[in-house]
This record gives sequence, C-alpha cells and structure tokens, in this order.
Amino acid sequence: MTEPSAAAAGSPGEKATSDDGFIVFDQISKRFGKNVVLDDLSFSVGSGERVTLIGPSGSGKTTILRMLMTLTKPDSGRIRVGEDYLYHEQRNGELVSAGEQHIRKVRGRITMVFQQYNLFPNMRVLRNVTEAPVHVLGRSQDEAEERAKELLDMVGLGDKLRAYPSQLSGGQQQRVAIARALAMDPDILLLDEVTSALDPELAAEVLDVLRDVALSSDITMLCVTHAMKFARDVSHRVLMFDQGRIIEAAPPAEMFDDPKQERTRTFLESVLDET
Amino acid sequence: MNWDWQIFWDSFPRLLDGLVIALQATVIGYLIALVLGLVFALLRRSRLVWISAPVGLVVEFIRSTPLLVQLFFLFYVLPQFDVHLSTLMTGAIGLGVHYATYISEVYRAGIDGVPQGQWEAAKALNLPARRTWTSVILPQAIPRSAPALGNYVIAMFKDTPQLIVITLPEMLTTAQGIGSETFRYPEPITVAGILYLATALVMSWIARIFERRFGTVRAA
Ligand SMILES: Nc1ncnc2c1ncn2[C@@H]1O[C@H](COP(=O)(O)OP(=O)(O)OP(=O)(O)O)[C@@H](O)[C@H]1O
Ligand SMILES: [Mg+2]
Repeated sequence: MTEPSAAAAGSPGEKATSDDGFIVFDQISKRFGKNVVLDDLSFSVGSGERVTLIGPSGSGKTTILRMLMTLTKPDSGRIRVGEDYLYHEQRNGELVSAGEQHIRKVRGRITMVFQQYNLFPNMRVLRNVTEAPVHVLGRSQDEAEERAKELLDMVGLGDKLRAYPSQLSGGQQQRVAIARALAMDPDILLLDEVTSALDPELAAEVLDVLRDVALSSDITMLCVTHAMKFARDVSHRVLMFDQGRIIEAAPPAEMFDDPKQERTRTFLESVLDET
Repeated sequence: MNWDWQIFWDSFPRLLDGLVIALQATVIGYLIALVLGLVFALLRRSRLVWISAPVGLVVEFIRSTPLLVQLFFLFYVLPQFDVHLSTLMTGAIGLGVHYATYISEVYRAGIDGVPQGQWEAAKALNLPARRTWTSVILPQAIPRSAPALGNYVIAMFKDTPQLIVITLPEMLTTAQGIGSETFRYPEPITVAGILYLATALVMSWIARIFERRFGTVRAA
C-alpha cells in the first residue's frame, strides 16, 4: 500500500490547506493484549487541515484520537505535533521518553470533545467553560467569563450559564462541551463521534454549531463521524481506516462519490443504510 | 428483682456528663478520621510505589488490629516517647486513626465511582493533577461517599465505651464508677444504655438529613 498522498483539496470556495506535516504519526503501533489495533501506521495532517476519519467499528479511529490526546500511549513509533514530539523530548541531543511537563506543554495545544460529553456535573455551565482557562491558561476570572459567555452565546446557550449539566438535554450538553473545548484556544480539536449519542434533531443542532466553528476558524480538526453530510461540508480530506490501516484517502467529494476501494464502497453503503 | 428508682434517676446527670465527653471524643475523632482517611485514600492511589505500598501496609495493619489494642498502645506507649496528651485527645486520636482506615475505603469507593470520562475530560483540558482532584474528582467522590460516612459516625460513637481502658470518663466509665460507689450496677448501666440508644437514633436522623442535603451528585 502506498502512503496516502499529502495533498488536501479544499472544499469549494475555501482556501486549500496543504499538508505541511503539522501532525505526524510515524510508524505507530498499538496492541491491546493480542489484539493488534494499529500496526506501523504513518500519516500526517497539515496545519488548519480538517480531516475526517471513517471506517468500520474497531478499525482504530478512536485509538488514534486518544493517542493525540495522550489518553492512550502508543507501544512504539512517534507522534509529532508542530516542532515537538508528543511522547518524546530532546534531552542532551537525544530523543527520550517525555516527562510530564513536556507532555503538558504539547497537550496544551490539543483538546477533545467526547461522544459522552463528559461535562463536569458538579459545576454550572459557566464554570465548566471557565475552569480550565482560569487554572490552565492563567486567565483572570473576568476575562474567562467574558470569553465563556461569548462562546456559549455562539453555541446558542447564552441563557443557560447557571444551569447544571444534568438540567440540559444531550445536545445542549454537547454544545457546552464544544464551548468548553474552544475556550482553550486549541490549535487542534479532536471530535470523536460527538453526535452518536444524540437523536437526529439534536445531532443536527450540534453539527450546525461545529460547521460554523470549522468554517470560521483555522483550527486543525480530526473528526470521527458517521455524519457524512457534515464530513463532506467541512473536511478537506477523508481517511478510510480498516483494521488499523488507512486504505484510502481522498477529498470528501471523491471519497463519497467515487471511492476507489471496494472495501470503502461497502462501508459507505452500510453507513448510508443506517442513517 | 429489686430495682432502685432513686439510683436510676440520680444516675442521669453524671451519665449525661459522660455522654458529653463521649460525644467530644466522637466529634474530634471523626474529624481526624475524615481528614486522615482522605490522606490515606489519596496516598494509596499514588503512582509512586514507595508511597502507596507502605501506606497500604500501615492502613491494613491498623484496620486488622483491634481498636482496644491500639488504645492501650497510645495510652501506655506515647508517654514513653515523651508525648503527653489528655485522655480525651488520646481517645479521639485512637478512634480517629482506627476509623480513618475504614473511611479511606469509603473514599476509595467514591473515587472509583467517578466515571473515567471525567478524568479524560480533565486531561483534554490539560488541568493539572492537583486541580483535577480538587475541582473535578473529589467534589463528585465525596458526596457519593456521604451515606457510608454517616454510618461511621454512629459506629464510632458506639465504640466510645472502649475508651474505658484509657480511663476516659465517658458513659461506661461513669456507669461503672456509680456502680462501685453504690454497689448497684443495673440502674446506671440501664441509663447508659438508654442514652446510647437515644443518641444513636438522633445521630442517624441527622446523618440522614445530611445525606439528603449533600449526598446527591448531579447525574451527568
Ligand atoms: N482500553 C482498551 N482495552 C482493550 N481493547 C481496546 C481498548 N480500547 C480499544 N480497544 C480495542 O481496540 C480496537 C480499536 O478500537 P477503537 O475504539 O479505536 O475503534 P473505532 O474505530 O473507534 O471503533 P468504533 O467505530 O466502534 O468507535 C477495538 O478492537 C477495541 O476493542
Ligand atoms: Mg470509536
């Protein structure tokens, strides 16, 4: 198999991003017990590029995002983000296993929105969004609240600042989670099936918000989703995974309308059947 | 059976004094147990084995030896090291340390009950470990632990008669004193029993109110 090509086509009417190797997976392997999930996987993503990961269940999509978020450590290989390796650091001219401080520095550029929202149930909506800016980015309370209110307005929840997460619908909770992630001013946003737990209507609200975020920012996005319309609208490139390998990579129009691989074709058909 | 109502009624004031002392030992002991229990729970979770292993050993040791022996130990051994505490403090520390080992398990269950996703969200926001504990994990874990924590106050109160071995004038010590003065034991012991029961009932009632008020975590 040849390595998927670097070039990413922009969606219509938008600047094309090119793969400048902002995020690089280099020969990453991961197994859980005997289950080899990723075997020598290499790929890269450009800065500002929005990539959608598709593929059957168990093909390793979540594992890839979790590795970037430092929630799952690769067994071997390297991941580079910008100038830095995520799990390695230079010490005396040698690349060694990274310390907590280094990992925190690199991790600070990345954030993730989860399928199950994972809002902090003990905090009101506003504090969910200000907690990390105040205690991680060192923002003042006022500054953080002002920004949080802007973001919550943007996701349509400007009137829920004092609610607890349990008082919100799933779709509302997920929009808070998006605001919370954006409040960190991330360079990289990871989205793992963020609408899979939602009814179609609520999912649509969340996807609308994300579409706006994507098209109006230059955040690099890695997105796992079954929402093909959304993927088509926002992504520059789609990567088709199967058994921990990328079997096809193409701009969304090409991938969805004219897949080259038989495996991709059957997968896309099965996804269309469910929705 | 003969029964002396005079002694029965006369026992109350002195036994109430004993009750106050028992309650003081319980309150101080419980505060020690709450704080030390949390310290134990957190240290046992440390990723550094040279911290978690010895702490685990100490906790298991204290938990599996009788409170009575620990009280004796504190009472007779501490002064040898030139540590001189009042009997009340000795008793409170004995109760507190002993119960801290149970309470640390309660916290541990509470902490384990916080969904993995909460840790992951904290990491995704790059919250430092300390902040993750204080603002995300413990505020969810402690209310989860509240019902079981309440039960331990009552259990601890019911263990205060053991403080008789360190001569603390709590209720049982007092009842025994009355008995040896009047040569009548059934009456003071009965009064003590009534006071233990009444206090335990009031405590469980208060515990239930606390539980209802603070024991709810807002479900995610
Ligand atoms: N913590 C874990 N322990 C053991 N096995 C795991 C763990 N996490 C993932 N796996 C396994 O790794 C494989 C890849 O999982 P992953 O979650 O990355 O797949 P996915 O492509 O996201 O699938 P889905 O579409 O179902 O979300 C699966 O076989 C899964 O069972
Ligand atoms: Mg997944």
